[in-house]
Amino acid sequence: MSQLTKDKTGEGFWGNLANSPSTNEFLKGLWKENPVFVQVLGMCPTLAVTNTAMNGLAMGLATTFVLLMSNILVSSLRNVIPKQVRIASYILIIATFVTMTDYAIQAISVDLSKALGAFISLIVVNCLILGRAEAFASKNTVGKSMLDALGMGFGFVIGLLSLGAVREILGNGSIFGIPVFPASFQEWVIMILPPGGFFTLAMWLMFFNHRKQKKAAL
Amino acid sequence: MKEAGNTSGQTSGQKMLLTMTGIGVFCALMIVLSYQGTLPRIEQLKAEALEKAIFKVVPGMESKRTFRMESDGSFTEVSGKEKDARLVYAGYDKEGKLVGVAVEAAGMGFADVIKVIYGYDPEKEAVVGFYVLESKETPGLGDKIEKDPNFLANFEALDVSLTEDKSKTKNTVVAVKHGEKKNNWEVDGITGATISSRAIGNLLGTSTAEMAPVLHKNKAFFEVKKGQ
Repeated sequence: MSQLTKDKTGEGFWGNLANSPSTNEFLKGLWKENPVFVQVLGMCPTLAVTNTAMNGLAMGLATTFVLLMSNILVSSLRNVIPKQVRIASYILIIATFVTMTDYAIQAISVDLSKALGAFISLIVVNCLILGRAEAFASKNTVGKSMLDALGMGFGFVIGLLSLGAVREILGNGSIFGIPVFPASFQEWVIMILPPGGFFTLAMWLMFFNHRKQKKAAL
Repeated sequence: MKEAGNTSGQTSGQKMLLTMTGIGVFCALMIVLSYQGTLPRIEQLKAEALEKAIFKVVPGMESKRTFRMESDGSFTEVSGKEKDARLVYAGYDKEGKLVGVAVEAAGMGFADVIKVIYGYDPEKEAVVGFYVLESKETPGLGDKIEKDPNFLANFEALDVSLTEDKSKTKNTVVAVKHGEKKNNWEVDGITGATISSRAIGNLLGTSTAEMAPVLHKNKAFFEVKKGQ
């Protein structure tokens, strides 16, 4: 059914590309199974870290890196790890890459680690990563798992960036730190406070579900 | 492999233990290696950041000498790297005249301990510069203590003048609500970051109340040139 509606709404280009199975592994995370807007996974960083576009982007990229590395390792060890201890093993692997990312960011730049410091360790508890390890990487080849991780990771980046951009524009009157409104603009401080995260996520989910319903109605 | 049909679903405890241990050792190795690999660079960056911060908080500073504060309130010159909490950095201009002393201070913020460095000018008896070294305050709100220009303007000349007998500060630095600053020793707070602003006010208040009299008393000592 989804194939039919796709052709009708003129998404033939994506449809053709998606015919190749490996492209599909990558593309599904970007849109059809977007971790933020469709799977609604990893809500802790999605709501907590997206008060500016830059924070959203950086968090998304760091998560993508951890996701990619842990998917590669989990996938290559999938025939070695007994299923009784798999969750413990995955968490160990994920925590290792998060720690390494933390050190790497500290070594790259003091300013970057100052901006992200509090969030990097949060990646350990992002259920998107454990979810992909358990649901995909433990059952698929390394190549497929890499594509899956990249797709999901960039999907996550898109999600976090969309939330961060809206919240920064309304809550701080700027985007990536560049002011977009005249000085007289009264910032909606609530948008960078925790409730703003929920409001913005609700708006985006509304938009996505509205689109989905419209498509289904066609 | 032949017995896969019989043993599937039943993994021996030994194998589980071995796998877990193997992964554990591998992960530990990776963490230790990346820690050791990045440590020199991280320490160098931190030292550079501190150095930059010192020169930032004391305007007009050209060279620096580091002093360790002893428990009796006197100072000893040290040659830089010491893992001591009580270090102050005296700054001198081109002619070698003392222009200010940079002091580190820390206090509890909203999320975690905030570490700052500020410049004290014994001549003006005022805080003349301020920089946040470490903070985990809420991004977008509490972290405005690091970059909000109105807030940072507080520390261009924050009055910490001493009483007649130079034993303590006349007024303790305190944070007030945004727009309610009336006196030179008050810190104009940030809307939406009340707790962080107050934390900065308090930690500066505590630190200057202790350090300003000591630093002022030792003004002459800091001005003595090296080797004299």
